[in-house]
Amino acid sequence: MTTTTAPTRRRSIQPKFAPWLFLSPAIVLFVAFLILPMAYAIYLSFVALRVNGGAFGVRQLTFVGFDNYVAAITDPELLAGLGRLLHFGLLSVPITLGGALLLALLLDVPGVRLARFSRISIFLPYAVPGVVATLLWGFMYLPSTSPFNWMLKAVGLPAVDFLGPQGVFGALANIAVWSGLGFNMIILYTALRSIPLEIYEAAQLDGASEWQIAWRIKIPLLTPALLLTFIFSLLGTLQAYSEPMTLKSMSDSISSSFFPLMKVYRDAFALDDTSGAAAMSVILALGTLVVSVLLLRVLQRRTFEQS
Amino acid sequence: MRSRKAFKALPTIILLVAAAYMLFPILWVVMASTKTTGELFSTFSLAPGTGFIDNLVSLSTFEGGKFWMWSLNSLIYSGGGALLSTLVSAMAGYALARFVFRGRNVLFTVLFAGVLLPGITLAIPQYFLVAAAGISNTHWAVLLPSIISPFGVYLATIYAQGAVPADTMEAARIDGASELRIFRSVALPMMVPGLVTVFMLQFIGIWNNFLLPFMMLSDESKFPLTTGLYLLVNRGTGTPALYTYAIMGALLATIPLVILMVVLQRYWKLDLLSGGLKG
Repeated sequence: MTTTTAPTRRRSIQPKFAPWLFLSPAIVLFVAFLILPMAYAIYLSFVALRVNGGAFGVRQLTFVGFDNYVAAITDPELLAGLGRLLHFGLLSVPITLGGALLLALLLDVPGVRLARFSRISIFLPYAVPGVVATLLWGFMYLPSTSPFNWMLKAVGLPAVDFLGPQGVFGALANIAVWSGLGFNMIILYTALRSIPLEIYEAAQLDGASEWQIAWRIKIPLLTPALLLTFIFSLLGTLQAYSEPMTLKSMSDSISSSFFPLMKVYRDAFALDDTSGAAAMSVILALGTLVVSVLLLRVLQRRTFEQS
Repeated sequence: MRSRKAFKALPTIILLVAAAYMLFPILWVVMASTKTTGELFSTFSLAPGTGFIDNLVSLSTFEGGKFWMWSLNSLIYSGGGALLSTLVSAMAGYALARFVFRGRNVLFTVLFAGVLLPGITLAIPQYFLVAAAGISNTHWAVLLPSIISPFGVYLATIYAQGAVPADTMEAARIDGASELRIFRSVALPMMVPGLVTVFMLQFIGIWNNFLLPFMMLSDESKFPLTTGLYLLVNRGTGTPALYTYAIMGALLATIPLVILMVVLQRYWKLDLLSGGLKG
């Protein structure tokens, strides 16, 4: 099955086929489920069903150049969806990352009690599926089952409309923060633990406070990990789908084209506009890829300067 | 120098408040699962109800035990998918980390682009290709795309670079061991701690996946828990009784993973994630 090297006195003789054999399952699956779908999406985005040959012509797939892309970027529904996504992302990403950074730094403070309990509890929602997280929070938002509104009512305050047109952004952002904060905190915390202790000791000898150590030493050294969590959050925000879809059945404020991805899938399957949907998918995928690569460039330059 | 420090009150309190925020929905669902439909809408959310056993029974018997079928499907997709994914990632990561061959750098770059690609945007063409292959609406339609994880391969590569010494492989080669045997008996055992992390990330990732099964499957008996519970809430808009099913389902879908996380958290090597990008 595999190449067997004959016993040899020379070192570093490596068989030629072995690495390819080990890689073959990954390559086959990568091509089948990533490269081919991508190529197919790009193909679909350049064709459309058009009537050819006059009034009695049949509808057939025709190459239409960038028509689908022009239609996508001038579609007010997609632009509105991107605007809503931005609104949501501007709430959820800074709170998630800021909270994750704060809690990671606090976990690293000497003298904190119950740190293990807090760490595990905060990480726990990572294991809860988006659908379930939305279910839990959704019921807590629903006026008829909300414990928050029950408490507000008990002290004579007006109820909050969590699922109204304005409240729904906060409602969705809260679900995203709840689900994502712990994972990011753990990434930052493990990065903090890998910083050699001697670095702090010198600062402590110089009389630096914990705050100064956090601000001047820990945060700068965390930059690579922070960029990593930022990229993950960006990818996660763009891919927000199960949460708004589940909350949609509890709130009238969420339309079927609320976020770009919801529109993509509605257009592809409910409206049968696969070409338009493919063009939008390609735009979204390329947009994310370009932003991630640019961020990684910054990251590489930073780490290069440090080392 | 950092141990034996005085008790820090404020950081401790902030962390405990954050922990309470994270645990609150779990507490809520435990309480809500004990309520009858009437109690759910009339009593204070955090007060216990009287319907726990009834709710459990009605969910279990819902449409001939569909809920347990979904749970079983979730286990098959997550367990099987994560296991195969870990193996595929381990083999590929080992090859990328420990062999020098033409095209290695190109492969690694393409793979890394795969990590940054929002996979969810590929679901439409994936669906068409799977349908063209005639396996849509089967377990394979969900299982096969879940096996390949560029991030898993990437993590396995990083881990293999640190954990499998080239000298040990060289020694095994000189002893006349076949490449497959070197991988199985020498490299694989050394990679186990890192692979546990890859397995758990994949398990949770597949368990939480909604869009892929949502697109690939129309047969409700093949649904995993995520799409199944979505179905319940979606229908619940018309039938409030289904809400108690959805709440009980949410509880039962959460508890096993929470236990798994608490038990296995010491085996996680999440420093892989933060350390990974430096290499």
